[in-house]
Amino acid sequence: MINKVVAGADEAISDIKNGSTLMLGGFGLCGIPENCIAALVRKGVKELTCISNNAGVDDFGIGLMLQQHQVKKMISSYVGENAEFERQLLSGELEVELIPQGTLATRCMAAGYGMPAIFTPAGVGTEVAEGKETRNFNGKDYLMEYAFDADFALVKAWKGDTAGNLIFRSTSRNFNPVMAMAGKITIAEVEELVEPGVLDPDHIHTPGVYVHRIFQGANYEKRIEQRTVRPRN
Amino acid sequence: MLDKNGIAKRIAKEIKDGYYVNLGIGIPTLVANFIPQGINVVLQSENGLLGMGPFPFEGEEDADLINAGKQTITTLPGSSIFDSAMSFGMIRSQKIDLTILGAMEVSENGDIANWKIPGKMVKGMGGAMDLVASAKNIIVAMQHVNKAGESKLLPKCSLPLTGVNCIRKVVTELAVLDILPEGGFRLVERAPGVSVDYIKQATAGKLFADENAPEMILN
Repeated sequence: MINKVVAGADEAISDIKNGSTLMLGGFGLCGIPENCIAALVRKGVKELTCISNNAGVDDFGIGLMLQQHQVKKMISSYVGENAEFERQLLSGELEVELIPQGTLATRCMAAGYGMPAIFTPAGVGTEVAEGKETRNFNGKDYLMEYAFDADFALVKAWKGDTAGNLIFRSTSRNFNPVMAMAGKITIAEVEELVEPGVLDPDHIHTPGVYVHRIFQGANYEKRIEQRTVRPRN
Repeated sequence: MLDKNGIAKRIAKEIKDGYYVNLGIGIPTLVANFIPQGINVVLQSENGLLGMGPFPFEGEEDADLINAGKQTITTLPGSSIFDSAMSFGMIRSQKIDLTILGAMEVSENGDIANWKIPGKMVKGMGGAMDLVASAKNIIVAMQHVNKAGESKLLPKCSLPLTGVNCIRKVVTELAVLDILPEGGFRLVERAPGVSVDYIKQATAGKLFADENAPEMILN
């Protein structure tokens, strides 16, 4: 087996440069690559284009990178939980491309499947369609959307082995597997790193071929955005 | 006139046995509380879950298990989990029978606007554009008029659109309305105590209202 292990987040992201395009897995704060984000903040790289469903909250997730003005452009579907984000956007400091969530996921998928573009009905007749090629199939209009081209994908998995195979847990899976497939270089941080043979091949969500670097993360905070509970009777 | 729970309760009557249903954020989320006893319904959450269960008991929250509103939830026996691409794959390929979502404006030809107020609010469309572009059955849960008393059921939407010619039914605090294929709202039911004239005044778009439109039965 090819060993993909690196010492930690700082080594994993060491060649991410100013101006790089990154994909970051997660939905809200669920399943985000916490260790890699912290390392990017430490490294202080700037002018980043970040492809991520959301932009974190003011003091966690990608919000930490926004605070340090490291992000030039966000490509996201929903950014409603972050006041600093909204401030930078309305003041023109930050460029934002809002795209439908399914389009975001499928543009990742297309990259990982080696397809240059997809056709989707999402956004037809709206401002999302402006400047895009439209094709009619079986009487319905579809927009052509290109596969993403990202320098790095940063994903978070539950378990991984030294060969880069990944297993995700519960809804922290979300965008992580499709982004893992889509990066030119994919960096996976995992809660538990094991030797090859420990994970059942039938249970692997992301095959190691898509993963270039892997490390066991530390101190996961796993912050909850909306803690909702029901009373015990 | 209905409150938010009343709107949710009325919409829940549209859910049939065997449906896979996607509930949006806000009033649509409340619909889950009123699904009739004895029917089997599977709730989809577009972040990657089929078979969404109730909120967890206090102390049993799992940061890895949330719904699309980022709320902590639970799974149920028979639930399944998948990635975001598959989640929207099942939406685009129309495996989801019913989508219920909120709106800022709906037009008489079934256009919907719910993601952006230029210069004021930029939150994004999330999964709404994918849902309205593909779902075969969409019900909008919304307030009939805005805080300034202006109708949100319009001849034409003034805000940036989420989808075009896709909404077929609207449930508000005042009424249930169908949107006709040829255009126009058709009054189907009145909320308890609300007159046809009141609904006419609150609807800016073209309205076809039978003077004898029945009052809704909620229970």
